[in-house]
Amino acid sequence: MTSLTPPATPPAVEVIGMTKRFGDLRALDDVSLTLAPGSFHAILGQNGAGKSTLVKCIMGYHRPDAGRLLVDGHEHVVVNPRQAHALGFGMVYQHFTLVPSMSAAENLILGRADLPAVIRWAEERARLEAFQRRMPFTLDLDRPVAGLAAGQKQKLEILKQLFLGRRVLILDEPTSVLTPDEADQVLGILRELTAENRLSVLIITHKFREALAFAREVTVLRAGRRVGGGPVAGLSRPDLVRMMIGSAALAEPATRAARPGGAVALELETLTVRNDKGLLAVRDASGVVRAGEIVGVAGVSGNGQRELVEVLAGQREPESGAIRVRGEAYRRTRTDMRRHGVFVLTEEPLHNSCVRGMSVAENLAFRTFDEPANTRGGWLVSRRALRRQARSLIDAYGIRTQGPDTRLEALSGGNVQRTVLARELSGDVAVLIAQNPCAGLDVAATAEIRNRIMAARNAGAAVLLLSEDLDELLELADRIVVMFEGRFVYETPRDGADLHTIGHHMASHP
Amino acid sequence: MTIRSSVETAAISTAAVLVALLLFGGFAAARGLDPLEVYRVLYVGAFGTWFAVQNTLTQAAPLMLTALCTAVPARAGLLVIGGEGALVIGGLATVLAGVPLAGAPAPLGIALLCAAGAVAGGLWVGAAGALRHWRGVNETISTLLLNYIAIAVLNHLITGPIRDFAQVLKPASWSLGEHLRIGDVPGTSVHWGLAFGVAACALLWVLMRRTTFGFAVDILGGNVRAARMAGLPVGAMVLVACFLGGAAAGLAGAVEVVAVHGFASSSLVVGYGYAGILVAFLARQNPLAIVFVSVLLGGISASGGLLQRRFGLPDAATLVLRGLLFVAVLASTTLYGRLRVFRRP
Repeated sequence: MTSLTPPATPPAVEVIGMTKRFGDLRALDDVSLTLAPGSFHAILGQNGAGKSTLVKCIMGYHRPDAGRLLVDGHEHVVVNPRQAHALGFGMVYQHFTLVPSMSAAENLILGRADLPAVIRWAEERARLEAFQRRMPFTLDLDRPVAGLAAGQKQKLEILKQLFLGRRVLILDEPTSVLTPDEADQVLGILRELTAENRLSVLIITHKFREALAFAREVTVLRAGRRVGGGPVAGLSRPDLVRMMIGSAALAEPATRAARPGGAVALELETLTVRNDKGLLAVRDASGVVRAGEIVGVAGVSGNGQRELVEVLAGQREPESGAIRVRGEAYRRTRTDMRRHGVFVLTEEPLHNSCVRGMSVAENLAFRTFDEPANTRGGWLVSRRALRRQARSLIDAYGIRTQGPDTRLEALSGGNVQRTVLARELSGDVAVLIAQNPCAGLDVAATAEIRNRIMAARNAGAAVLLLSEDLDELLELADRIVVMFEGRFVYETPRDGADLHTIGHHMASHP
Repeated sequence: MTIRSSVETAAISTAAVLVALLLFGGFAAARGLDPLEVYRVLYVGAFGTWFAVQNTLTQAAPLMLTALCTAVPARAGLLVIGGEGALVIGGLATVLAGVPLAGAPAPLGIALLCAAGAVAGGLWVGAAGALRHWRGVNETISTLLLNYIAIAVLNHLITGPIRDFAQVLKPASWSLGEHLRIGDVPGTSVHWGLAFGVAACALLWVLMRRTTFGFAVDILGGNVRAARMAGLPVGAMVLVACFLGGAAAGLAGAVEVVAVHGFASSSLVVGYGYAGILVAFLARQNPLAIVFVSVLLGGISASGGLLQRRFGLPDAATLVLRGLLFVAVLASTTLYGRLRVFRRP
């Protein structure tokens, strides 16, 4: 019953010289950090900087090639997560690990490693209530988890770790599915618990705001190495950005050309769409996007954005409603796509819009392989023409690849994204639909992609931008629409857009 | 396809064949035979004499066509194993078409008979494609079941409605008129079906590897979501790919009738369809490679008789070798991209 008589305070944790190689790649190179009892420590870094590798080495998911882990001054070799749990280490992920059909109380109790064969529920309930009285926040323990909002679920995850006696909490981007308000609440609770010295927190994030507002120390990783950090008090946002991206110059922020309102390019009329489970995902969505305008769609992930994009991309059949492009019914066929210049930047391009086993040149040609310039006699594909097209796109979009014949799967995520960008933006774009176009990309690639989207808008394209990143929407969009449970519930022009009002609508508080 | 990946394919396929042969050697040794002697007889029976080569090529001809039945839909991402059924249906359609065509002049009549077989086979597998596209029925299961249905239809027809009671050895259908039969390639005992097989493989190679249609099918086979996003007509492509595959196997059935038997009987159900699946996998769904792999597999079938006579092995011995080959080839597909030698520098 160790989990029920936990030490009252978290241990001191020291990570010394942690190194992990994957083949020739040094994912983690001699990284050290100290976690004093009650500290709130943020790890910042771009994608591939080694953040996840570091915590996986601590939690025993990876075996480090070198490095030591000291807990209260004693060295421990952790080879699996169970040992890490025994040391009081717990992990919270960006996605939930709760059983949706069970109540919060059941979820808490079932997480116990030493669960007896017969559970005495009355006893457990009493213990749970006593436990919850000691917590700075309360949750309704009898509600099924499925009925909880995202922020509540994340709080329950944290509660579960505490109930299980974990005193060092490692969180991997815990706020990415939360609204700004929910994120602040969750982080505020963690801050309070650390201030009371009941918990130490190590949090991975890519949001500077969270690191600066809540953490007390920060470690910045770049290419597997610790490149800076220290007490947050002495650091500013520009400092952190400089550490994260190093010497690489950021593209200038996209400039917005002033444009008069253009003609309506994309029009949705009471569009209704069902998801894979047959439930209504998009309900009566109506709206227009004009030429030369970016309409941003804000919303917590899972409120129908994916289904909306799939319908517009031709990957899903709508239930009812109409889509019109430049005043004509849009049938989502190859002919219509080409005639109206409709292009799509999907999220997860390897899953949604590319073939990993085909070459870069072939993937670049999905829209154009049957055009006269790329064929002989109208029906034979000219590989030479595809390669030529690929070479110019590779140069123009800075795709880092060994050549046009390299298989797409050999490219890094950012370069796959660039490949799709080159394919979708190099044509005559009249309508562009983009969903989380920068998700998972580092600061430099993000800046470049945002610039390209803005350039398309400035050149007269109508852009529908669905994003979970409010900063991105505030930077790019001319108008912002909030999507909640499949409906457009709120709309605001860019000027006068208020982060908190938008956040409230994302969480459906009118 | 780059040179590197072609070399990789050749090396891994060869290794798989060698492993299968090695295991078969173990099987022979377990029966008290000298494996080396078994290999030698296997070779002699397949390629050792002009007679053996002709026998091998005769066996290879239908395999080329039935292999296409798996290989063409495979490029669209479908696993079709309905070659056996499409072959049977193609053969039946050929016999039935022989009735109205009884008075047709030979070249035209034979062409129409073959077309009838191909179209029937194409519609048969095309039906599985339609079920898949519109009703979400798994095409592997449906084509497997369609095989049984085809064989049941064959048995029903040749034991009743179209039975030729002059045939006493086993139930068989009416025979085609002599003038609607095609003979052997001049100077050999290999029937013209070989030419059909090679031509079909070459044609489909061009279609699948060089045309815009083939490119579109590759996108579909690689990622259906990407194909939809590119606005490609996914349903039509699934149907066409299934139809083409089924047509190849149906043509194999037509050839069996016009070139070999002259009638439909249980001689159509000798496993060419299933062996074709093996060929398609060995050839990694490449129509040109199918030509060569068919000859290899045809050789194994051809030498079966000699193995049987020389060593007193049961006829099933060649099935053992075939099965070993299939398992070895399937297992070898996990090696692609894993061997350091073939990695890009």
